[in-house]
Formats: sequence, structure tokens, C-alpha cells
Amino acid sequence: MSRAVVRVPQQVRAGEVIEITAMVAHPMETGYRTGDDGRIVPRHIVRELQCEFDGQTVFRMTFFPALTANPWVAFPLRAERSGLLTFTWTDDQGRVVIERAELRVS
Amino acid sequence: MSLPIVRCLSRSIVNPARRRGLVRFGQGLAMASLAVRPEVSQADAARDRLQAAIAEFTQGRVMVPDSTRLRIEIDALVENGNSVPIRVSALSPMTDTDHVQRILILAPRNPQPQVALFHLGVHSGRAEVATRFRMAESQSLQALALFSDGRIHRAQADVVVTLAACLEN
Amino acid sequence: MRETDRRGQNGVGRLARSCSVFAIGGAAMLALSSSMAVEQAFSNLRPQPLRSGFETMSPATQAMQARDSDNPAWFAVEEGARLYQQPAGLQQRSCASCHGDARGALREVVPLYPRFDETRSAPIDLSGRIEACRVRHQQAERLPPEDDRRLALQAYLGSVARGLPMTPDPDPRLQAARARGQERFNQRIGQLGLSCADCHDRHWGQRLGGSMIPQGHPNAYPLWRLQWQSIGSLQRRIRACLVGVRAEPWSAAEPAWVELELFLQWRGAGLKVETPGVRP
Repeated sequence: MSRAVVRVPQQVRAGEVIEITAMVAHPMETGYRTGDDGRIVPRHIVRELQCEFDGQTVFRMTFFPALTANPWVAFPLRAERSGLLTFTWTDDQGRVVIERAELRVS
Repeated sequence: MSLPIVRCLSRSIVNPARRRGLVRFGQGLAMASLAVRPEVSQADAARDRLQAAIAEFTQGRVMVPDSTRLRIEIDALVENGNSVPIRVSALSPMTDTDHVQRILILAPRNPQPQVALFHLGVHSGRAEVATRFRMAESQSLQALALFSDGRIHRAQADVVVTLAACLEN
Repeated sequence: MRETDRRGQNGVGRLARSCSVFAIGGAAMLALSSSMAVEQAFSNLRPQPLRSGFETMSPATQAMQARDSDNPAWFAVEEGARLYQQPAGLQQRSCASCHGDARGALREVVPLYPRFDETRSAPIDLSGRIEACRVRHQQAERLPPEDDRRLALQAYLGSVARGLPMTPDPDPRLQAARARGQERFNQRIGQLGLSCADCHDRHWGQRLGGSMIPQGHPNAYPLWRLQWQSIGSLQRRIRACLVGVRAEPWSAAEPAWVELELFLQWRGAGLKVETPGVRP
């Protein structure tokens, strides 16, 4: 887990409901596959994504093995004012990926 | 495959006229036959997992089973179960008094039924989420939404998964 | 069925599914091959009209490729961009230290690959070229072909050349190898006795199982294959086809891979580079 990419609309008017997308690099190993050695490849997945706007949680998602590798999500946000969006992914090995994006509201 | 044969045997042996003397033997065989009928116990286990996942989400609350306020957008026929896009939306003004708090997507025939759990709030502005997931086989997907009035709304969508012709393994 | 691929697909119900699909796919394939037995041999022309595999995909899968922020392969491109700048090997040189900005001269040559390698007097594909540079000029350690770092550099260079047409190098020293690649393309192999041409020349656009058969062009590689849930090279994809017709995949060192790619590039010439692609 080393990378993430988010998409935040530009030119947003105050009060507008926008859609934000967020994708993180992660193998999302289900724990159901057998490897070349015939043994089950251990589960290794993202556990949670949390999105905060200026420190307040505005979206949370719990991940399960069914989600694809390099998991992608789109979620809504009512844009009231400009501020900083922080995206935090945590996986089942405790690794954390953080991505930040500015929300500019006119 | 010997499984059907074992089932037939257990039925013919546990004969009501001779039941008393054969109860223990019949029961033993019936239990053995249950143990060697994996397809039945697997379906039971999947059903249990689904019920448990639903119960954990609903916490005993009232459910609206075929809600018109909840919608699943997904292709009815999916060419590739490896990456299936899904969008779930709920009809809600997302105000303090009327909003969606949580949305759960379930794929009952996957090894684990839960796909994703979304936590929304008034600041979300709209109750609509989208993601990509993996489907093991054709099934009837479910979405559950917890509204702020404490009600659970449910929607279902049947999806057929076709298989790739050339599998690598 | 021996798994020849390091990263197989999700194991759920895989054995039962692959047996049943083998039965269905095998029957379909046998029907296909017997009908072909009565057809005449034909010389390879380019498929008409030339269509990238992008066009045979569902809109949802197309959407995944269309925007970088929706493309699961994009992380490999970013990693490649980073590696391109990173000093490596005993020489502690980066790719950038010799080649400068990849969007300059390097961009123009990427769509020409495979090209002729003077040092080895043999054709070389882009992956081999990157590895040769790493070993000769950076004195960096060798990496296997499907190593994430090799794929990342390929993905980065390919993405820099995105939109340029695939352009076969007119170097006459490549001709013989390209002709051998054409022979490979037409050669019936494997237990199912099928050639690349059987599916990708004669039956592209039709369905086999649940999938639409593409023309089979190399213009989007490395790409994210949904079935792999990872990024992979053209070689990996061709290996999957070989396994699909129940043939023994060629060993890594065989020139067959580059020869076939030379022909595929000629066959799809003009199609725009789409790297990093997304495919089912």
C-alpha cells in the first residue's frame, strides 16, 4: 500500500452536493485463493476508509474481501465551504495510507 | 459419486414399522449421510452467514423488504465477475430529521455475504454510493439502508454472471 | 490444470467452475476447430476494420480506462514515473539522467518497439530494452519480466506515448523475425489445435463463452486485466492464451514472444497506444 488517487470536483458552488471518488493501491487478497504452492494465500485487505473535512468525519466505509483489488469508491458530500479533505485508508496489517485534497468552494 | 446412494439407503432403512429397533442405527446413518452431503450443509452455512450479516445490520429493527426508497443500479448481465460496478441510492432529503445513516451491500452467494458498509450523514447531502466488487456467481444481491427513523429499507437485484471461456487455471 | 500464472484469479469455486467451463469452452472450441478444418487457409491481412480491444468492452469497463483516477493501472504508471527519476544500481544513475524528460525523445520511440538490439543482434521488446538499460548502464540487479518495477517502468513509458499510433520499425533486420511471428500466429497448437488466427482473425467480434473475442492487438500493454486483479504484460496475456488452448507455454528465453509481438504490432499498426489499458 503506497498510493492513492482521489477526484474532487473543481468550481463548486456553496451548498452543491458533489461526488468524490477515491481509489487506493491494494492487492485486496481475499483469503480464498490458493497460491502456486497449493496453500491458501492469506487474507490481506483494506479494512476502512475514513474521509474527514477540516477534521470532521464526513464519510466512512468498511471494506470486505469482495471488493476489487485497487478498490474504488464514489461517495457524496454537501460542499458548504472551502477546506481540506483528508482520506485515510487502514488495512488489516495496520498500514495506513493518507491522501489529501483541497475542496474549493465559491 | 456415492452421495445419492447413501441418502437412499438412509431412507429405506429407517422404516417406521421397524423404527424402534433401528432408531440408533438409522440416526447414525442419517447423521453420516448429512456429513457426506456437503452441498446441503454449504447452502445452510451460506444462509446462516447471510442471516447473521442481516441481523448484525438490522439489530432487530423494522424492515421494509421491497422498498421503493432504495435502488440498486447494476448490470443485469455481467460479462466478468471479477469487477462489477454497483451504485446504490436511497431517496432521502438528508436532513437532521430524515437521512440515511448506513448502507450495506450483500452478495449472498459469495464466500462472505458482506461486500461493503457505508456510513453517511446529513453532511453527505445525498444517499448515493458506488463501488466495484467481485461476484463469485449469479445471485440476488441485496442492499440494506438504515434510515434515521430507525427503519431498515431493503432492495434486491438479480445479477447473472457469465464466465470467461478461456480460464488460465 | 497446472497453474502457470503466479497470480491466479479468485479461488472461489474455482475448481468446479474451471471444470465446467472447460467442458463448455472445450466443446465450443472443438466445434470451432472442426468448422475451420473445412475452411481454406488464408494469408494474414490486417483485420478490417481495425478495432482496438477497447471497443469490444462494456461501457463500464471502458469507463475504468477512460479516466486515470478511475484506472486501477494508474498506480503502476505513477510508480514508473517515480522509478524513472530514481538513481539505481552501482552507477546510481536514473533513467532521467541519460534520457531526460520521458515526454521528449523517448516518447517518440516507444511506439516503435520491438526494435533491433545492436548488442545482442536480435529483436528486443520494450520490456527487454528497459531491462538491458538497467543492467548495462545502471548496473542494477536483474528483474523478472513480471516484476512490479519492470511493469511500472513499461506502464510509465507507454502512458507517455499514449495516443501515438503503433508504428512498426521499418528496420530490415526485423523482417525475418516478424515473418516468423506471422507463422506463429497461424500455427495450430495445443490440445485444442487452435491458432491465434482461428479466433482473432476469423471470429473476432463473436462470443466465446461469455466474452466477446477481440482482434488481439498489443496497443494497451501493460494493462490491468480484471481477471488478474493486477497489471500484467503482453507476454502474460499471450501465455494465458497458450494455456487456454492447452498448449505448453514457451520458455521465457524463447524468441517466440518478441517475434509474435513484432507481427502483432505490424498487424495492428496505426492503432493508438492506450497504455495503461483495462481489459476483461
